[in-house]
Amino acid sequence: MEFGPYLMLASLEGAVTAAVLALTAVGLSLVFGVMRVVNVAHGEFFMLGAVLAWWLTGLIGGHPALGFALALVVVPVLVGLLAVAADMTVLKRIGYDPERTIVATIGLLYIIQQVTLMTYGPEARPVAPPFNTRIALPWVEWTGGGLQLYWPWGLSTTSYKLAVIGAAVVVLVGVWALMTHTRAGLLMRATQMDRDMALAFGIPVERVYAAVFGLGAGLAAFGAVLVVPIQQAHYLMGGDPLLLSFIVVIIGGLGSLPGTVLAAVLVGLSDGIISVFFSPTLAKILATLLVALVLVFRPQGLFGVRRA
Amino acid sequence: MTDLSRSLALHGAVLALLFALQFVLPAYHHGNLARVMVLASFAMGYNILFGYTGLLSLGHALFFAAGMYGMGLSINQLGASPGPALLAGLAAGLAVSAALGALALRTTGVAFMIVTLMFAQAGYLTALYFGTYTRGDEGFVIQQAERVLWGFDLSDATIRYFAAFVLFALCLLTVLWLVHTPFGRVLIAIRENEERARMLGYDVFAHKLAAVILSGTMSALAGACYGLLFGYVGATFATVQYSIFPLLWVLLGGAGTVLGPLIGTLFMFYLIDLSSAVTTAYMLIAGVVLVLLTLYAPQGLAGELRARVWRWLP
Repeated sequence: MEFGPYLMLASLEGAVTAAVLALTAVGLSLVFGVMRVVNVAHGEFFMLGAVLAWWLTGLIGGHPALGFALALVVVPVLVGLLAVAADMTVLKRIGYDPERTIVATIGLLYIIQQVTLMTYGPEARPVAPPFNTRIALPWVEWTGGGLQLYWPWGLSTTSYKLAVIGAAVVVLVGVWALMTHTRAGLLMRATQMDRDMALAFGIPVERVYAAVFGLGAGLAAFGAVLVVPIQQAHYLMGGDPLLLSFIVVIIGGLGSLPGTVLAAVLVGLSDGIISVFFSPTLAKILATLLVALVLVFRPQGLFGVRRA
Repeated sequence: MTDLSRSLALHGAVLALLFALQFVLPAYHHGNLARVMVLASFAMGYNILFGYTGLLSLGHALFFAAGMYGMGLSINQLGASPGPALLAGLAAGLAVSAALGALALRTTGVAFMIVTLMFAQAGYLTALYFGTYTRGDEGFVIQQAERVLWGFDLSDATIRYFAAFVLFALCLLTVLWLVHTPFGRVLIAIRENEERARMLGYDVFAHKLAAVILSGTMSALAGACYGLLFGYVGATFATVQYSIFPLLWVLLGGAGTVLGPLIGTLFMFYLIDLSSAVTTAYMLIAGVVLVLLTLYAPQGLAGELRARVWRWLP
């Protein structure tokens, strides 16, 4: 295969990564933006989404699409409710102190991860995709008569992967609409801008916090349900999404949603391409160092605006 | 009795007790206590930064591993003897902590925690990347013949216990001395109110940097000794888990107390030891303890003791 088709294939795979990453990272960014706390257990909510999707699709017999559609709706709600419960029992009681929240969410991380290990077990388990047709992709080439379409061998994707990208875009647009065009979004933005003033205007800030924490976890779980037919469910699968979401949120500017989505697309696309040229470990080393240095020298993020 | 002589008497008694315990403990707990003392030294290093200076690092595994690899690689690759190898580990810790401190201290609060976490993760990945030398997650064993320091065979249980005790006593006395020096007092002032310390004319950055270096070097020394005493060097000790452990030990025992790290390490070590007999998911215990501590006892065991009974506890 020539370089062109190869790059197209890498970008398509990268777009799937980017779509799932954007969902997860927007969840993390939302929690950081509104609540000013870092949720280290975010990756475990992602993992829980994948594991619950496996459990639910196994429970519902019949056509795989049926169980999967149900999982897509039910699992994010379940994970969101669990996050709300964690918020009300733990985070609320320590007053959302930034440092103590990190310690507490590290504790939550181990609790969720290890309880999953004890119940679900250490195996990686697949979920059948609801539909999975192979789609051959065309490429253009110069022949004697001019531009011509042809279908190179091996250049293909599946309908499911395209659906993942589509679903992620729909949900992200939904989040944007929620934040900008609804009363709930207005309350969240008011809380984000000035917590005390919001409280003075009678906004139930603690309920907004609980809702945002649940929404953030739900977004991560939704991304996990989407990705689990491509990548298997495993109790340790939360580590990579957490690290990548951190990278995305920091590069995009802490708490800025458009920056987060842009950075997710950038990181998702480049992830595949960098891994072609460097070893994956070296790519990860460079990425983590980049994030650390961005935080040190440009704390507002690459796309963020410095606050006064 | 003055507060100073009280505290000297208490810490002297703890050291005497640890020294005496080696004659009465059964072999299994004898070995465990040696391990706990080395890990408690790591925790005491962590405590200098977290407990006394008020900087929460999530990357101390980097220092522990720097000391361990500095020691292990100079034995394994350069054929050094244990004495110079220990010094190499110490130097590695010094260099890494100075570099990390100079960069990470430009940030504060949550950003500091994430930056230290990211640097430690990069360090762990680096250890994996140079797998030809470090053997990655698998690690390498330091042979018994390479572990003879000044004629003492460190693989012998009695000598190992004594070496761990010497390391622990050295670290304990350093911290005890530190908190009574003007330098240590400034660190505590920075923890309590950084702006006020700055306004009083102290160079806050220089003090914090010194605290990072001191803390990192002590952690690295503990890492180097751990590798030498137990004969194994591996990338497991560079994972996030080994950054969380000292935080957990110090929080449990009591941040900002000299004896807290020992209490926390001892408690947690046996809690995990007992629970791993029942389940493989022993980190669940660590998670539950972390959440309960942040909720109910942010001061830790020794901290609660200080708040209620012994107000003079350093």
